[in-house]
Amino acid sequence: MEKSLARYIWSHTWRQQLWILAIVAVSMVPYFLSFDLPKLIVNGPIQGEGFETPGATRLFMNIDFTLPMLGQVTLFEGFQLNRQETLFALSLVFLFLVVVNGLFKFYINTYKGRLGERMLRRIRFYLVDRVLRFPPHHFKRVKQAEIATMVKDEVEPLGGFIGDAFVQPALLGGQALTAMVFIMIQNFWLGMIAAAIVCIQIVLIPRMRRRLLILGRERQLTARALSGRVGEIVDGIDTIHVHDTSNYERADIAARLGRIFKIRYDLYQWKFLVKFINNFLAQITPFLFYLIGGYLTLHGRLDIGQLVAVIAAYKDLPGPLKELIDWDQIRQDVQIKYTQVVEQFSVDNLVEPHIQAVTVDPVAPLSDPLAAANLSLSDDSGATFLDRVSFEIKPGETIAIVSTGTGGAEAVAQAFARLNWPESGKIVAGSVDLLELPESVTGRRISYASSDVFLVHGSLRDNLLYGLKHAPLTRVSYEGVEADHRRWAVEEARKAGNPDFDLRSDWVDYAAAGATGPQDLFAQIRHVLEAVFLSQDILDLGLRSPVDPERHKALVERIVELRLALRGRLEAEDLSDLVVPFEPGTYNKEANIGENLLFGAARGPELADRALAANPYFAAVLKQTGLDRTLYEMGMGIADQTIELFSDLPPDHPFFQQLAFMGAEEIPTYQALLQRLNGRSYDTVSEADRAAMTALSFAYIEPRHRFGFLTDDLMTKIVEARNRFYAGLPATLKDAIEPYEPTRYIIAATVMDNVLFGRIRHNHPEGPERIRAIIFGMLDELGLHDEVLDVGLDFNVGVGGKRLTGAQRQKLDMARALLKRADYLIFNRPLLALDQRAQDQVLRNVLEEVRRGGREPAVMWVLGNPSMAAMFDRVMAFDAGQLVADGTYETLHEANDIFRSMVS
Amino acid sequence: MLLKDEVGMLRRVPLFAGVDPSKLKLLAFTSDRVSYTAGQTLFNQGDEGDAAYVILSGTADILVDSAAGPIKVAEAEPNSIVGEIAILCDVSRTATVRAAGQLETLRIRKEDFLRLLKEFPEMTVEILRVLADRLSHTTADLIDARSRRN
Repeated sequence: MEKSLARYIWSHTWRQQLWILAIVAVSMVPYFLSFDLPKLIVNGPIQGEGFETPGATRLFMNIDFTLPMLGQVTLFEGFQLNRQETLFALSLVFLFLVVVNGLFKFYINTYKGRLGERMLRRIRFYLVDRVLRFPPHHFKRVKQAEIATMVKDEVEPLGGFIGDAFVQPALLGGQALTAMVFIMIQNFWLGMIAAAIVCIQIVLIPRMRRRLLILGRERQLTARALSGRVGEIVDGIDTIHVHDTSNYERADIAARLGRIFKIRYDLYQWKFLVKFINNFLAQITPFLFYLIGGYLTLHGRLDIGQLVAVIAAYKDLPGPLKELIDWDQIRQDVQIKYTQVVEQFSVDNLVEPHIQAVTVDPVAPLSDPLAAANLSLSDDSGATFLDRVSFEIKPGETIAIVSTGTGGAEAVAQAFARLNWPESGKIVAGSVDLLELPESVTGRRISYASSDVFLVHGSLRDNLLYGLKHAPLTRVSYEGVEADHRRWAVEEARKAGNPDFDLRSDWVDYAAAGATGPQDLFAQIRHVLEAVFLSQDILDLGLRSPVDPERHKALVERIVELRLALRGRLEAEDLSDLVVPFEPGTYNKEANIGENLLFGAARGPELADRALAANPYFAAVLKQTGLDRTLYEMGMGIADQTIELFSDLPPDHPFFQQLAFMGAEEIPTYQALLQRLNGRSYDTVSEADRAAMTALSFAYIEPRHRFGFLTDDLMTKIVEARNRFYAGLPATLKDAIEPYEPTRYIIAATVMDNVLFGRIRHNHPEGPERIRAIIFGMLDELGLHDEVLDVGLDFNVGVGGKRLTGAQRQKLDMARALLKRADYLIFNRPLLALDQRAQDQVLRNVLEEVRRGGREPAVMWVLGNPSMAAMFDRVMAFDAGQLVADGTYETLHEANDIFRSMVS
Repeated sequence: MLLKDEVGMLRRVPLFAGVDPSKLKLLAFTSDRVSYTAGQTLFNQGDEGDAAYVILSGTADILVDSAAGPIKVAEAEPNSIVGEIAILCDVSRTATVRAAGQLETLRIRKEDFLRLLKEFPEMTVEILRVLADRLSHTTADLIDARSRRN
């Protein structure tokens, strides 16, 4: 990477820079003309110079000049104008120049801005591109938050500077020089004084600012380290809690902030000192003009006109000069930032660009054996994992790799996945070094899963298909506005040195997964999910998610059938009292009061949860049925009971999870509210307080909470209120609720709730488990299993997959590795989060799955449990960096002591 | 049966007799009311114990496996607690409990119970007193039995 920022900018933008310089030069012409014009107007038409006689006229817009060889050349004769006409004409010229100058400025600024932004885009892309090409071991040394800060924040000022890199000094230098020349013309000696002071400024100020730059660099480094630490805190939050080190972290952060504060404060002090001196120097010049110029005038050696002109001309000098000095400051500042970033991104052994070149065409299978030749592996610190080992893996072989604690089996697996580069020796595919193969071959024909799982923030589906997204496979045809936008995007990407891959193209390589397109991919997905025992989990997630009615029409359309089937099933198993269905006109005791009142699912915020009690229409319905007072009193009762039960508990106590009425943090609020409202008559209570209390009653379920608040009379009234609510429902609220109707699919509710269309009885032992089992069976029978699985695949896994359990994450990673049907599958203790029995089951399944459809890939599996090695064709055992046993399970078990000791 | 009645029932269980009623209420609130019909099992012998059951109404048979199949060894009646050892220590169920007719129980989950003990030491002391009392009785019985055998 280019070390000098100026050279970097010039090499990428010299054409544009030259163009903009030319434009700036051209723009100087009207700029100078507008300088001179006020004088012409004042002296000419206003003061009457040249119009001494009445009716006198002057030539206007006469363009002629004398050329050395040709003599007098007249381009335009001009007009004769009288005094008033001249005033108008000159003023109009002035206006014209104002507009022209403005337009020039506008053009130059936008051009510069665009130039800067394009360069910024280029630099940022370049940096991320390098991150993608860093050698694997480099990532052990860098913190991700620091890299992110560099790409995002630290190069940001570069964008603003790039447009100004060459134009600004030219422009400002030109302006300052012009002003200087103006002064010189008026009076040489006063000009020299000004020049002398300017020289002092130009020499002194940048010198003083050098310290600012040093401080600035420190500021940058400390701020970057801070963001690295903050990132570390977020990543390691569990560790912090587990070890009670939060205060240690606080101390560390506080110390860092203290340092940053000190640096920043120093920076301010110095900055304003420099500013003070700079201003002082700028002001000293007029002082000298007044003093010396005045003195000279008094002695008649300078006329007043000249002095005034000098002082007037001087007005235009400090501005450009100051900006020029500022520019220099920014230049040095961004140069430092740039150098810093470049240093961080200058890494040896970058992956060559051709290795990662995009390959749209299918890649031929890797039919050569993989072989390690004198392979040595070590970690960052130089500790040896593997010491000059050679072996070969033939296509189609299944190999179990076992090792002792120091065996280095995991490093071997990483090396074959190119995640650990050999210290010496190499791994070859046929005759080619594995590291020389393009990623389009290794990334498609070799697949790898370990217990260290990376999941992207997106749905389960995104993550599952992530391993198939190698290249933009389809050409999307755009029309109209979209086509224009696409054209623009391509052009801009090229201009900024970015690739123009279309993100909206279909990147999924269906053929690699053994499918022909999106329509039959699902069958393959299901196979791999079954193999790793993930389909149950995903089915569960699907049941607990709402569906997109457009995508899952079958579920929505067949909901009645599903509900009926469930009833039938429950009756057949004599479990019909397990679920209390929602029936219009009936109170459902197992559902809460709010649900019984609404008898529907809230769709927008108007009728959801707490907002319900405050909704004016809903409140009016309650009032009409006389429920308002009853529910308010019930709310008071609930508040009373809850506070009695829970006020002794610390706010983070797990019991609060069982409390449906309020959160732990609301206890004090309700305690105060209860004290305030106790004994007050209902009519004197404010609307807001009423709503707060009434809302508590909505979460009440008699069989669950057993406070004895629900009477037959109340139930009747609630059903009555429900009917009234729907009878008069205003049009504005129609979209805010989906009523419970036996034939209607409720979009806002989960699949499970839709199928149940009722509530599981609270006092039934193992109710939820029974229901789940029944629904699973039913979905399979009705052929809706895949549909719900598909809903589950839309589940968002959260940042780093944190919404999944560790076991689910590892299974998902495994499924992803299986889906792309590679020729070599490398599994590096991939299922550590599972118990041994489950691991063994998945292993059996996976060995079967990879062979499905007559395929014969090689499998290399680093086993946590050596006894599973019997499932493989060949077993390799590593100990102390050496391959100590290699053969079939039977031979090793008979003849090899080390292996026997591992198995036992 | 309401929460406050359940508290009354809990107070009649010797294990909880000395515990402050407000804590018993919290215990009842965090526990589930579970009903069984005749023949349904609450838990099986050998299962891992995760909850104790207070019988609120109805009766349950306590059965122990034998070579000749399960034998009924006792009957649990209202106000009694079954499976309480399981929520105090990690042992598997020593007997099967089955509803003899319509049975109403309060299921006290082990983790909730232990959390309450952790939160309110005075409750722990009360439970401890009952257990120590039982132990001394058992010890006395043992001595008695041994001396009789000698």
